Amino acid sequence: MTALMHNRRALIGLGVLAGFALLAMFGPLFAADPSAQLALPLSPPSWQHPFGTTGQGQDVLAQTLAGARTSLVIGFTVGLAQVAIGALVGTTAGYLGGWVDDVGTLVINIFLIMPGLPLMVIIAAYLPTGSITIALVLIVTGWAWSARVIRAQTLSLRDKDFVLAATVSGEHGLRIVACELIPNMASLLASAFIGATIYAIGAEVALEFLGLGDVSHVTWGTNLYWASNDSALLTGAWWTFVPTGACVALVGFALAMLNSAIDELGNPRLRAERGYLAELRRHGVRPGVSTPVLRREVS
Amino acid sequence: MRYLIRRLAFYLVAAWASVTLAFVIPRLMPGDPEATMFARFHGKLDPEAMAALRRTFGFSDAPLAQQYVCYLGHVVRGDLGVSVSYFPARVGDVIATGMVWTLFLAGLAVALSYALGTLLGIAAAWRRGGWLDAVGPPLFVLLGAFPFFWLAMLLLFLFGFTLGWSPVRHAYDSGVTPALSAQFLWSVATHAVLPAATIVVATVGGWMLDMRNTMMTVLGEDYVTLAHAKGLSPRRVMFRYAARNALLPSITSFGMALGFVLSGSLLTEIVFSYPGQGYLLIQAVRSLDYPLIQGLFLTITLAVLGANFLVDILYVWLDPRARTRSAS
Repeated sequence: MTALMHNRRALIGLGVLAGFALLAMFGPLFAADPSAQLALPLSPPSWQHPFGTTGQGQDVLAQTLAGARTSLVIGFTVGLAQVAIGALVGTTAGYLGGWVDDVGTLVINIFLIMPGLPLMVIIAAYLPTGSITIALVLIVTGWAWSARVIRAQTLSLRDKDFVLAATVSGEHGLRIVACELIPNMASLLASAFIGATIYAIGAEVALEFLGLGDVSHVTWGTNLYWASNDSALLTGAWWTFVPTGACVALVGFALAMLNSAIDELGNPRLRAERGYLAELRRHGVRPGVSTPVLRREVS
Repeated sequence: MRYLIRRLAFYLVAAWASVTLAFVIPRLMPGDPEATMFARFHGKLDPEAMAALRRTFGFSDAPLAQQYVCYLGHVVRGDLGVSVSYFPARVGDVIATGMVWTLFLAGLAVALSYALGTLLGIAAAWRRGGWLDAVGPPLFVLLGAFPFFWLAMLLLFLFGFTLGWSPVRHAYDSGVTPALSAQFLWSVATHAVLPAATIVVATVGGWMLDMRNTMMTVLGEDYVTLAHAKGLSPRRVMFRYAARNALLPSITSFGMALGFVLSGSLLTEIVFSYPGQGYLLIQAVRSLDYPLIQGLFLTITLAVLGANFLVDILYVWLDPRARTRSAS
């Protein structure tokens, strides 16, 4: 954790995320009512409405803040749920092995290979619209990614000495999974959680953009849905869709930064590579095909 | 060969699972598709006409097992029922018209972006720490963070509406008759530029990072050092020794990423009103055309499974190790 605080990428990622969390929590308290008609439809950004208004005269800034609240909550909840299911299936399949593993792997691979969007659409189209539906759909279609990496990690940990020692000392299988395996995959679980959250936010926005969510609810996805339905592009109202898209991208970028920082901490080879390149740069040497020999002043 | 048969068996199971999902989902869900579909006719049609309509769309009160067997038979024969919004056209025919455009647009864009991304990845790994390696990955991570369809909206807004450089919707001008004429082909080409550019911009980074990372590993191998020591030209070492071997794992991830890329290109079609599968899908969702939604789900899923099997065959053909491993 302290190492994470010294990593520049992790700091950028955490900072942006914390900013969004604060905006999502407290922003809607200060902003206007996101669904009330406050001004002329499609008026450009002004002092009164810094991000302009939508095709129905709603304040875009207020909508973006309110959207952040719902979209981030859905994103992180779905991410957490996906990793939880992934951990359950992944460790069970990996630890028990045999036919359980065969069946588990088969199910995981089937879910991995099915294209996400059509599957999401077919489930969402039959369920009553709403945030819970969207969350359920995203969990069902996305858990397999976490399950796959967690299963692979379980397989490689299962035959390590400390697990064998726990088995020999007669510990229960459930306890071994919960107390020996899971804590040793902390960085993997963290990066699986971040990956799942990135996926969930992107897919949530896409589904609601298609009109499969509750369109009367203010989220980032429905903001874009209304922007495209009120022909924002045709009338040149760029302010109705640019802020929301930029927010989605910023959150995604921050999460990706955090993920690569965690990767680097968990993977000494990447860290060594970074140090090596920095050392070369300090000496003004371009990395090439041969190993450069650097002279260091010996004190 | 044994490897390919095992893969084939897996794809068959996956195909069966998706066909079954398309059958089970509508029947498990609390909503009543029949009621929603026929709500607009309610009170306007007499009971006999309603019964005839129900028969046309294949609603029946038969036991589930019997319905399932009947459904499997229809799917195997390629009979996907009748579309509601394009009534009385059959779902299969409606999908076939969209399939051509999706294959053209997504195929072209994915091939372009894969080739471009791979070349960029080779270059970035070769000049490790160079400007491309420093600027490329973060830039593409940022670009990749934008929603696919949002980039499409932005490009459409900038180049379509504001600058007027590009047509803004459909696959060709409405005034042009589809024929093998220069005018029609030109119209198709100009309409494809922006949607294809969207897909390329959004996906090129993924291929680049993939290729860069495998290329880095390969560059550390002894045979690459040996090739350098033999005094071969750097270009030859880069392409013939390193890139050629780094391509193999990236072909596998190509298959894995196909479903994701296809989902994105469906959304792109929707933004550009491009008459492919994605556009049909949104039309079907808006008009509650359940047979069409189901048919699209099946064709898209089966197409992705088929494409993955082709990738597997390609892999075995390219990598002699995959052949010997399966023989032993």
